[in-house]
Amino acid sequence: MDFILGFALLLIFQLLGEMLVIFFELPVSGPVVGIVLLLAALIVKGSVGKPLNTASTTLLGHLSIMFVPISVGLMAHFELLMNEWLAITITLIGSTVIMLASTALMMSFASKFLVKETKHDL
Amino acid sequence: MTFNEKLSAIWLMIQGSPLTGISLTLLAYVFAMYLYKKSNYKPILSPFITSMVVVVSVLLITGISYQDYFAGGKFIHFLLGPATVSLAIPLYHQLHRIKKLLVPIIITLLASVFIGALSAIGIADLMGASIATQISLAPKSVTTPVAMGISEQIGGIVSLSAGLAATTGVLGGVIGLKVFSLVGVKDDRYRGFAMGLTSHGLGTAVAFKESNTMGAFSGLGMALASFTTAFILPWLLSFLDII
Repeated sequence: MDFILGFALLLIFQLLGEMLVIFFELPVSGPVVGIVLLLAALIVKGSVGKPLNTASTTLLGHLSIMFVPISVGLMAHFELLMNEWLAITITLIGSTVIMLASTALMMSFASKFLVKETKHDL
Repeated sequence: MTFNEKLSAIWLMIQGSPLTGISLTLLAYVFAMYLYKKSNYKPILSPFITSMVVVVSVLLITGISYQDYFAGGKFIHFLLGPATVSLAIPLYHQLHRIKKLLVPIIITLLASVFIGALSAIGIADLMGASIATQISLAPKSVTTPVAMGISEQIGGIVSLSAGLAATTGVLGGVIGLKVFSLVGVKDDRYRGFAMGLTSHGLGTAVAFKESNTMGAFSGLGMALASFTTAFILPWLLSFLDII
C-alpha cells in the first residue's frame, strides 16, 4: 500500500508540474517543476512519511532502466553516427571529463573560501 | 487459417503489441543486473549499457522497428517522470547541508552551464562535426526529457539529443569516480554535485550507490542544471550566432 500511495503522490506532483509548465510557458519539463513543488510541500509539512520514502527508494534504485527505451532510439540515427562517430565520441568524453573535473574542483575551492565549516557538519 | 497463416498472425501480434517492448526491456535489465552483480559492480557493466546492447541486438536480429518497440518501451519511459519528481525526497533529507553550501552551489551551477555547452560545441566544432550535431550536443548534460525539450527549442535533432544526453549520463557514471580521485576531490557533497551537473539521472544512480549524501547532491545538481540550462542555453547559442 505504501508504494501505491507514494507513487500516486509523485504522479500528482508531476501533473501539477505539467500544469504550471503550460500556464507559465516554462521551458523546463513537468517533472522538474514537480521536484520544486514536492520539495516545497515537504518543507511546509516538515516530514516525508513512509509512502513517499518507499516509492522514491524503489524508483531511484532502478533509475537506469527508465533511460533505456529512449536511448535505443539512437539506432534511428545510425547513418549520422557512422559519419560523425569520432567527433561525437571525442566531444562526449572531452566535455564530460572537463565538466566533472572543473565543477568538482570549483565546489571544493568555493566551499573552502566561502563557507565556514565546523567538524559537526562533516 | 492454415498453420503458416497462424504463425504469421502471431508474428504480427508480437511486433505490434506493447507487451514485446515492455518484456524485452525488463528481461534485458534483469539480465544486466545479474551480470553487474556477478562482476562485483564493474562500472563498464553498468545495467544501462548492457540493457541497451541487449535491446538493440534483439531489435536488429528480429527486424522489429524502433517504433514498434517504443509502443511498449514508452510505458517504462513514462516512469522517468515520477522518478524525477521523487528526487525531491533525498533533497529534502539533505536540506540542512545544502543550505550551508548555497553560495558555492550557485557559483558552480552557473559556471557549469557555460562550461558544459561551450566545451561541447567547441570540441565538436574543432573535430568537424556538423552544425546539427553541435546543436544536438549542447544540452547533453541535462536529464533526457529536458534535453529533448531544449533541443526542440534550439533546432537540434530531438531524438539524437536524447541519446547523446543518455550517453553522457552513462559516461559520467563510468568515469566520474576516477576523475574525482584524479583531481583529489573526496567530499561526497562536492563529488555528488559535480556528478549531477554533468551526468544527470544516470550519474545520480551511480552516486546513490556510493552514498546517500552523494546521491542527494547529485539529484540537486541534476535538477538545478535542468532549470538553468533550459533558460540560459537558447540565449547563449543565439548570442554566439550558432542558431
